[in-house]
Amino acid sequence: MNAQDFDAIWLTVKLASTVTVFLLLIGTPISWWLARTRSRLKGVVSAVVALPLVLPPTVLGFYLLLAMGPNGPVGHITQALGLGVLPFTFPGLVIASILYSFPFMIQPLQNAFAAIGDRPLEVAATLRASPWNTFWSVVVPLARPGFLSGTILAFAHTVGEFGVVLMIGGNIPGRTRVVSVQIYDHVEALEYTQGHWLAACMMVFSFAVLLTVYTFNPQTVRGREA
Amino acid sequence: MNIVRATFRIDRGDFQLEVDLTLPGRGVTALFGHSGSGKTTLLRAIAGLERAKLGLFSLGDTVWQDESRDIFVPTHLRALGYVFQEASLFEHLTVKGNLEFGLKRIAEPKRRFNLFEVAELLGIGNLLERRPVSLSGGERQRVAIARALLTAPQLLLMDEPLASLDLKRKLEILPYLERLHDELSIPIIYVSHSPDEVARLADHLVLLDEGKVVASGLLTETLARIDLPPTFADDAGVVLETVLSSNEADSLSRLDFQGGSIYVGQRYEALGSRLRCRIHARDVSLALVKPQATSILNILEGRVTSVVSTNTPGHVLVQLYVGPTPIVARITERSRRDLSIQPGSRVWVQIKSVAILA
Repeated sequence: MNAQDFDAIWLTVKLASTVTVFLLLIGTPISWWLARTRSRLKGVVSAVVALPLVLPPTVLGFYLLLAMGPNGPVGHITQALGLGVLPFTFPGLVIASILYSFPFMIQPLQNAFAAIGDRPLEVAATLRASPWNTFWSVVVPLARPGFLSGTILAFAHTVGEFGVVLMIGGNIPGRTRVVSVQIYDHVEALEYTQGHWLAACMMVFSFAVLLTVYTFNPQTVRGREA
Repeated sequence: MNIVRATFRIDRGDFQLEVDLTLPGRGVTALFGHSGSGKTTLLRAIAGLERAKLGLFSLGDTVWQDESRDIFVPTHLRALGYVFQEASLFEHLTVKGNLEFGLKRIAEPKRRFNLFEVAELLGIGNLLERRPVSLSGGERQRVAIARALLTAPQLLLMDEPLASLDLKRKLEILPYLERLHDELSIPIIYVSHSPDEVARLADHLVLLDEGKVVASGLLTETLARIDLPPTFADDAGVVLETVLSSNEADSLSRLDFQGGSIYVGQRYEALGSRLRCRIHARDVSLALVKPQATSILNILEGRVTSVVSTNTPGHVLVQLYVGPTPIVARITERSRRDLSIQPGSRVWVQIKSVAILA
């Protein structure tokens, strides 16, 4: 593997880690709300959150490109704030990836929160724990498998994206060229050996991730006990 | 004494709860009724887990809810302990972690019990390092009770803590509950649909039916009421508070109550111990003259105060007093007619069997 390959791997890891951290911060309250609410908005929010599951990444990338471009609404704001425009930058890539991987964080968390039910929260309240305190001392530990699945899936899904990256980030070495794009470049240049190396790394990585998820997933664990 | 005042109106369309209660500030109050009578809803309203639009709850001078003044103290700020029907232990914590959960959330000066003492009281001292999954149903429920006690509650709420257990586990926990009753000076509100549990544990009885209070009063007096709806008369019978006064040579023990005494099989408690007995109405028969030459040991003299028909055709319930103590007999309408038993009649009361409750 050459220096560019290592750059691509490093960039990919950096992107996926940043995205995962943001998704944990944004996804946790939204998942909690989705798991607990009886609001009519729940359906709408769920559908919006799940959109990236069914949309071609190019469609998502296309609209993000327009929105974040110099004439888009987001572009206007970022320019007014003196941040310039986001497409073809690392922050632009982070934002696009957050949206793209959103359902992979939300769904395991929402399921884990819903599985807890009301009772442990009520018990905690009768034991003098405030709602905020209950969240940290009861909900988070009980939803741990959900946090684990969500984190791993969001990370892995971000590592694996290609379409959105090409649309938003383009192919700038060291800034937006992630592993999947690098493999594409290798293949285009008929550098099959280099392509193999990276592709095999991705295969091993993905298998390891899924193995972890299926080993620790609460549903598989419960199935075994029943 | 922290008198408990509870007034709630909850309307859920198909179910209405409408109660207005004043309960004693110590001892066990049983909320008794069939499923769907609103016992659990009432308990949840008291805890603030359910908010009644019209509600008032106070414990002595402490007001937890008064909707007319817009007061509603959230559950976690109320000094109460709550034991749910299923133990609902935190599965991610050890037994000790569960016990400490509430304990460490109250200020040190407010703590009344020591973790190890309470664990000993409830017989779970050797389980502290275990995980909830590895406990039996009875052990889980005892941990839940200890966990609630450690928050030094001023009011203990228990929602059928024995309902999910089999008879053996029930018998395992009942003595601990009796100890709580004897050793705690706080009011306990205990939801149950088991007449035996109520007779054994309660001092005060509230009968609920379809969200309304049918009767509320001292256990002994309320059980002796025969004017209540037939649903509560199915298992009619009274509870006597007695004192073990002597053991006789022929392996019988004498129990004294206000107005008389009865004999039961040998008891091994210390003389002077307080024992609770239950006398079922179906085990009591009446005679106009003092029965001679009978094998029945317990014959008392009483005065009839009222007679009502039951929902079993041909049978009546007779309420009578032996001294100041009420007893209920269930006899046939024919016998009542033949003996012309009516309020004011002097009768001899024959008691076929006495169940010692504690």
